[in-house]
Amino acid sequence: MTDLPDRTERKLGLVIDLDVCVGCHACVVSCKAWNTSGYGSSLADTEPYGPNPSGAWLNRVHGYEEGEGESAAVVHFPKSCLHCEDAPCVTVCPTGASFKREKDGIVLVDESRCMGCGLCAWACPYGAREMDPAAGVMKKCTLCVDRIYNENLPEDDREPACVRTCPTNARFFGDFADPDSNVSRIVAERGGFDLMPEQGTKPVNKYLPPSERRGAQALQIPQDRLDALSDSSLSGILAWVDRALSRL
Amino acid sequence: MSEPAVDTSPFVSDEIRKTTCYMCACRCGINVHVRDGRIRFLEGNRDHPVNKGVLCAKGSAGMLHLESPARLRSPLLRIGPRGANEFKEIGWEEALDTATKWLSETRRKDPRKLAFFTGRDQSQALTGWWAQQYGTPNHAAHGGFCSVNMAAGGIYTIGGSFWEFAQPDWERAKLLLLFGVAEDHDSNPIKLGLSAMRRNGARIVSINPVRTGYSAIADTWLGITPGTDGLLVLSLVGELLRTGQFDVESLRMRTNAPWLVRTEPDDLAGLFLRGEDGEPLVADRRDGSLASYLDPGVIPALGLDVQLDDGTVARPVFALMAEKYLDRRFFPESVSESTGISAETIRGLAAELARTAFEEAFEIDIPWVDFRGIRHPATLARPVAVHAMRGISAHANGFQTCRALHLLQILLGAIDCPGGTRFKPPYPKSVEMHSRPGRTHGLAQPLSGPPLGYPLGPEDLLVSPDGMPERIDKAFSWEAPLAAHGMMHAVIPNAAAGDPYEIDILFLYMANMAWNSSMNTPAAMKALCAKRSDGEYRIPKFIVADAFSSETVAYADLVLPDTTYLERYDCISLLDRPIGEPGLVADAIRSPVVQLDRDVRPFQDVLIDLGAKLGLPGFCNEDGTPRWQSYAQYMVMHEREPGIGPLAGWRGENGDCSGRGKPNEAQLARYLDSGGFWTEKIPEQAQYYKHVNSAYQQWAVDKGLLRAPKPFVPQIYSEPIRRFQLAAEGHGDIQPPDHLRERIAHGFDPLPVWYPSADSVDDSFSLHAITQRPMAMYHSWGSQNPWLRQIHTENKLYVPGPVCDLEGIEDDDWVWLESEIASIRVRAKRMEAVNPSTVWTWNAVGKRSGTWGLREDSPEATRGFLLNHLIPDLLPQQPDGLRWSNADPITGQAAWYDLRVRIRKAEPQECGSYPTFPPLQNPAGLADRPDEVRYGQEWAND
Repeated sequence: MTDLPDRTERKLGLVIDLDVCVGCHACVVSCKAWNTSGYGSSLADTEPYGPNPSGAWLNRVHGYEEGEGESAAVVHFPKSCLHCEDAPCVTVCPTGASFKREKDGIVLVDESRCMGCGLCAWACPYGAREMDPAAGVMKKCTLCVDRIYNENLPEDDREPACVRTCPTNARFFGDFADPDSNVSRIVAERGGFDLMPEQGTKPVNKYLPPSERRGAQALQIPQDRLDALSDSSLSGILAWVDRALSRL
Repeated sequence: MSEPAVDTSPFVSDEIRKTTCYMCACRCGINVHVRDGRIRFLEGNRDHPVNKGVLCAKGSAGMLHLESPARLRSPLLRIGPRGANEFKEIGWEEALDTATKWLSETRRKDPRKLAFFTGRDQSQALTGWWAQQYGTPNHAAHGGFCSVNMAAGGIYTIGGSFWEFAQPDWERAKLLLLFGVAEDHDSNPIKLGLSAMRRNGARIVSINPVRTGYSAIADTWLGITPGTDGLLVLSLVGELLRTGQFDVESLRMRTNAPWLVRTEPDDLAGLFLRGEDGEPLVADRRDGSLASYLDPGVIPALGLDVQLDDGTVARPVFALMAEKYLDRRFFPESVSESTGISAETIRGLAAELARTAFEEAFEIDIPWVDFRGIRHPATLARPVAVHAMRGISAHANGFQTCRALHLLQILLGAIDCPGGTRFKPPYPKSVEMHSRPGRTHGLAQPLSGPPLGYPLGPEDLLVSPDGMPERIDKAFSWEAPLAAHGMMHAVIPNAAAGDPYEIDILFLYMANMAWNSSMNTPAAMKALCAKRSDGEYRIPKFIVADAFSSETVAYADLVLPDTTYLERYDCISLLDRPIGEPGLVADAIRSPVVQLDRDVRPFQDVLIDLGAKLGLPGFCNEDGTPRWQSYAQYMVMHEREPGIGPLAGWRGENGDCSGRGKPNEAQLARYLDSGGFWTEKIPEQAQYYKHVNSAYQQWAVDKGLLRAPKPFVPQIYSEPIRRFQLAAEGHGDIQPPDHLRERIAHGFDPLPVWYPSADSVDDSFSLHAITQRPMAMYHSWGSQNPWLRQIHTENKLYVPGPVCDLEGIEDDDWVWLESEIASIRVRAKRMEAVNPSTVWTWNAVGKRSGTWGLREDSPEATRGFLLNHLIPDLLPQQPDGLRWSNADPITGQAAWYDLRVRIRKAEPQECGSYPTFPPLQNPAGLADRPDEVRYGQEWAND
């Protein structure tokens, strides 16, 4: 079993805004594109051109429907490792491969120590870890640890690939240990929430809820306004034409 | 155990090359990180006007296209029967000699016998010019089966359109009506914009039969019945008129609402009353006297009928309009059942449009001068925007529906204003300023002009004196008079039938007409293989240029293999489909970022080479030697007219001109140094109301975007359209054939109108069937990309919950879907967020077995499907025995979304996609398919 640090200096993580996510998968593919040539082994794909294409991904988007008829809603829900403070994937690891960094709280897998037993994926309540089918080691979101401090990249690119690419700007990256950080502030303002808090893993990543949608009912106007607009003194449409055209 | 050390600053790439994406038609700027000659990473270019740094799933997966086993690797010559995908590899010399021989014989005999059509191509400025110089009118790109209704409806009405010609003012709009938009097109700008609107607290109303991605984040989703958008919009128009909520000042001063329409004599009825200078006349509101609309002192009346000296009466457009749309048939209660939207909601939406346009109006502190020379001390904002695309276009009533949408914007005074939908240069551009379709005399000489254009009346049609179509696709004939983008979807059926004539050569570039781009796909495949009684193919020669092993390549006689977008020069030209923003003009290039590793050539280079080999004017020097050595050289040195070429930036000998200027040999280097694109801001006082803004008009002339500073007054009532209707009523020398007379008289209503599309179908086909574009795929291209195909490996049929309950259908059941012409078997999935009479699926995920480098048993072929098999290319027989195209009668736009179907659960033993087609073997020379991809593994241990 592997120990978690007592505390971390920073708590880096993501905020994902479900109010604007359109489910386009840009974050999913950009993540794969960066990380397949990034930290650790590549993210392999098996049967890439065959009947059962499958591969390791660090981030996936799920879609759900809610309600029926006019009020039926569709929610898109991106999901990757939440870098939990009490990460069960770390404590369950028999080899010390899974670890949480003391400096910034990022949960990583040291692939040289990983024997591919899969216990961590079993322990993760979020299903956020995937076994690489070629390397046989566990892959997971690294928060782009090889981007965020990378001096070979311009400063404004030192953020996770998913955040860099998101076409609806639905993803934010920052330090939750700092109450004045961008992510702490937006979570406070928008009522950011934990995913499945009952699991007790204290996820660092937060989600922003979809804001209230003004549905078709909200378009229906009050009768008094309707009456005013209709100008009930008019006897009919032809009368309106006469009146309007003389005015114009 | 100590915490493992992590290298947080690893090496990234040897260099970053900036070019333009082509994983879809959006044309985002990309930074390509190149390492050891391969692509390490692709990201959006933060400085680029289109995507501002972001990049979608397709764009981010671009490097996997370079690994695709479907990439063609050398020119191919057919050795088996047509359609069997049996080829031998040949060299380029033989390929070009063969093509030159075929094309040269045909040109000498009759250049019309070449049909040259291009698909998802973005070099229409080159391909159109090539066709013009060759002398064939039979050229177009794919607009006829994409969104010509949107383009033409916009050009005839407001001088521009949605899609890349205009966009909502995302930052300032407070209400957006978003009609059916393909979610893979223009996708990053739309996503950026929708997100900005939500964060600004603006309201998004999505009007779409299906609630997917963009609609998912809308405030209000109105699940409209397909094909009824025009009815909804005209009901909104009626409500705004009835409640007196429209922009009188704008209608009066800056639209043709006050223009006077003659009522007599019969041959002039419905045309505008014009002064001796040809300019339209209006009645002055103060004394009823006639005045030119352009007169700086005029106050045009909207409601005064005028008795002319000859005793006849002329009526203002506004009066005609009010009478038409105040009719009971447009009442919300009257349209509610057809549209599937309640009367209360329609009233509420009309009120919300008016409230936002008028009560939330504001001014910005920019003075401007209109076309009459009148100075406006500030710029008025009406923060209501509209955006739309294929969901509107792909119906047989789409042209008029697009006009109706623009009419709604015109009534609200929300054309190119702050907060409205704004034009992007080079638009607006009036229909008069566009060219007419080029004519041929059947000789080996250039056409009189570009093959495509915008007719102003029957005299611009391409028909013989007896009314027969002159083009193989019958564009610009009485069957489709305003077919401004051609009708590629009609080429193969017509050529196989010899109707209106036989052709020698079909030459297609990047168009999958043997699969997802044709209606009634089995018929298209059969037509490509049809033979005459003498054993010769009905389409004798078929040349295909493409980068990948598509379903269509299998039918080619000669294959000219193209490169990917990362291996060639290209230009995104203002002469073609522009990029840019409402506030700036822009163009861009592509440049090779990786070395070619196979014997293929950029198609544009090949076309230029063929042009020279054929001796086409413009492609040769006077001594017959080739004028251009490459497309890159053409991009810089070609002049369409003096001073205007494919690229507008850094013109002039020293590179200090823009828009107009002499060619600059260093131009390409300047583009490369500047991230692959060029932009220039529109001067502040020219930014808004561009169609009627004199500073914009002058600026646009200076930049070479317009030939003359002529305003374009929005045309609620369209005189060119009336001219066709007049002909159908029997007036004029150029007359439609009798069997089309009634259809033209009915469809060519000079005021926007709605008529049901697909109304002739048997009532038992009670469901509508449509496709949607997945955001992570671009047409058929995505399936060869292992990352993208994991997102959409197969497609299912989404069936409304109530229909599932009625038919006893559960998720993953196989069901039969039947139309008038065919049945297909597909897998069902229940969905609630869909119009209750509509089934739908993702577009073009289904593949023919053995294509696109995929294994024969891939899910795309065994479980995926196309709706195309169900879509008739011809409508049911008319009483006179004739059959019309399944197309808009005005533009010829393919009416994909008029499909009507019925559904039933398949028997338990019936499973798997139906129909299937014989699997194709890979064509010669393709690389082996790997069993595993470990992209980037070579850098894993650095």
